[in-house]
Amino acid sequence: MSFAERLRKGDEAAYLVTLISALTIVLITVLLAQHLWSNSVLARQKFGFHFLTSSTWDPLSGNFGALPFVYGTLLTSFISLLIAVPVGIGAAIFLSELAPRGISNALTFLVELLAAVPSVIFGLIGIFVLVPMLNVVIPPIAAHLSFLPIFGGSFFGVSYLTAGLVLSIMIVPFIVSISREVLMAVPTAQREAMMALGATKWDVTWRSVVPYARRGIIGSIFLALARALGETMAVTMVIGNVPEIHASLLSPGYTIAAVIANEFAEASEDLYLHALIEMALVLFVVTMIVNASARLLMLTAGIREIRE
Amino acid sequence: MTTAAYPPTSKKIANAVMLSITGICAFLVVAVLLFILGYLVVNGAKSLNWAFFTKLPAPVGEIGGGLANAIVGSGKMLLIAAALGVPVGLLGGVHLAEFSGSAFASIVRYTTDLLNGVPSIVMGIFVYTLVVVPMHHFSTLAGGIALGIMMIPIALRSTEEFLRGVPQALREGAMSLGASKTQTILTVIIPAALPGIITGIMLNLARVAGETAPLLFTAFSNQYWSPGFDQPSASLPVVIFNYAISPYEDWHRQAWAGGFVLLTAVLLINIVARLILSRRTSLPR
Repeated sequence: MSFAERLRKGDEAAYLVTLISALTIVLITVLLAQHLWSNSVLARQKFGFHFLTSSTWDPLSGNFGALPFVYGTLLTSFISLLIAVPVGIGAAIFLSELAPRGISNALTFLVELLAAVPSVIFGLIGIFVLVPMLNVVIPPIAAHLSFLPIFGGSFFGVSYLTAGLVLSIMIVPFIVSISREVLMAVPTAQREAMMALGATKWDVTWRSVVPYARRGIIGSIFLALARALGETMAVTMVIGNVPEIHASLLSPGYTIAAVIANEFAEASEDLYLHALIEMALVLFVVTMIVNASARLLMLTAGIREIRE
Repeated sequence: MTTAAYPPTSKKIANAVMLSITGICAFLVVAVLLFILGYLVVNGAKSLNWAFFTKLPAPVGEIGGGLANAIVGSGKMLLIAAALGVPVGLLGGVHLAEFSGSAFASIVRYTTDLLNGVPSIVMGIFVYTLVVVPMHHFSTLAGGIALGIMMIPIALRSTEEFLRGVPQALREGAMSLGASKTQTILTVIIPAALPGIITGIMLNLARVAGETAPLLFTAFSNQYWSPGFDQPSASLPVVIFNYAISPYEDWHRQAWAGGFVLLTAVLLINIVARLILSRRTSLPR
C-alpha cells in the first residue's frame, strides 16, 4: 500500500493525532518541572541550600526556612508507615492466602472503596471525630509515658500523631490492594513445595510466599509513602499548622503540603510566593524519586500493571 | 522406630495466632471504612435539607442557606476536566496500545505513572502558574484544567489496558476484510472495549470530583454564583474544607452535609463501575 493510500484511509493522521496525545503526558511533566523551577528562582537564589536547613519561617521579615515543614512531612509519613505497613501487609496476607475467595473479593471491594474516599472527608472525620476521641484517650496514656521525649508536653488533639494516624488510614488501602495482587501472583508451586514438606499454613506464607513477593510488597510501601508525603487536605486539618520543630509526637506541627495549602493564596510578596513554590518543588522531586523507585521495583518484580 | 509428629504443637500454635492476627488486620481496615460511612450518614443526613441543594450560602453568622453554587461549580469544573482529560487520555491510550513500539510505550507509561504520583497540591501550583497568572484571576476554567490534567494519566492507562484486553483475533478479522488500521480501531476495537473505557472514565471522574488541593488556588472559592467560566468559583470539596475549619457551628453542619453528598456520589459511582467491571470477565480489570 502506498503512503498516499494509507493517508487517505487516515492511518497516518490517526498515528499523528494519537502520538501527540501520548506526548502530551511527557510535555506536561516537563512543563510542570520547568514551571516549578523558574517560579522559585527568587527563593533559590536568596537562600540556596540554607533553605532546607533553616527553621525560621517569618513571612514578615522575608526569612524563609523549610526545615519545620520538611521535618513534619517526614515525621507524619514515618508514623503513618509504622501503622499502615504491618496492618496492610497482614490484611493482604489474609486476603490472598487465607480468606475464601468470595470473602476475599468482598473485603477487597470494601478496601478499594476506602481508597476512593476523598481526602477532605478524612479531614472532616479527623477534625470532628478523631481529635475529640484522641483528646480523651491520649492524655492518660501520655501521663505514664511522659518520661519519653516523644510523648512529652501537653496534648491538644491536633498533632504529628493525629496527622500520622489519619495518613495511615488513607494509605493502608494502597498497601493492601497492591500487596494482595502481588501475593496472589506468586506461583502455586511455590506454596505446594513447602506444604508437601508438612509445613503449617503460616510457615508456607511467611517463609515461601512473602519472600517471593518481597519486591512487589516493598514497591507498594514506597507508593504509599509517596502518597503520604504529598497528602494535603486531611493533614492540614489535623496537624495544628505551627511552623515549629518538636520532638514530641503530641505537639502540633506543619507539613510542606499543608503550608502551601494554607499560605499560598495569601502570599503577596514575590519572595514569599517563590519560597512556597520552592517547597512544592522539593515535594515534587522527593515524590518523583520515591515513585520512580517504587515503579522500578515493581518492574523488576515483573509487575507491569498496578491498579490504584 | 517412631517419628515425632510434624508440625509440632508450637508451630501449630504460632500458625493459629499469626493467621488470626492477619484476619484482625483485614477486618480492622474494613471497619475503618464502615466507621467513616457511619459517621457521615449519621451527621450528614441529619444536616441535609432541601435548601442545601437549592440555596446560596447564608452570610456569615446567619443560620441556613445551602451550597447550590458549590454543587454547580463542581459540576462545571468536572465538565471542563472531562473535556480535557478524556480525549487526551483516550487518544494517548490508543497510541500506546495500537500504534507505538514497545520502547516508546514503556517510556510514556513510566512518565504517566510518575505524573499520576505528583501530589495534587503541586498540580494546583502548576496550574496556578500556567493559567491563573496569565489570566490574572482565579476561575472555574483554571479549576477544570487542574482536574483535567489530573485525569489524563489514569484515562490513558485505563484505555490502554482495556484496548490490550481486546482479543487479537478481532483485529486480525477486521484487517483480513481489508479494513485499515484506523477503521479497525474505530469500528471494532474501541466498541469492544467501550464498556470498560466508560467505566474507567466514571471512576476517574469520581476520583477528581473529591480533589480539594488543586482547586484552592485555581478555582479558589466564591460566596455567590459564578457565571460563565472565568470567575472564581465555589466547589463542593473546597467549601467542605473551608466550612470544616471555620469556627461556626452552622457551617460545620453544612460541611457534614456536603461531605455526605460528596461521599455518597463518589462511592455510588465506584460501586456501580466496579460491579460492571467485575461482571465483564472477558476484559481486564
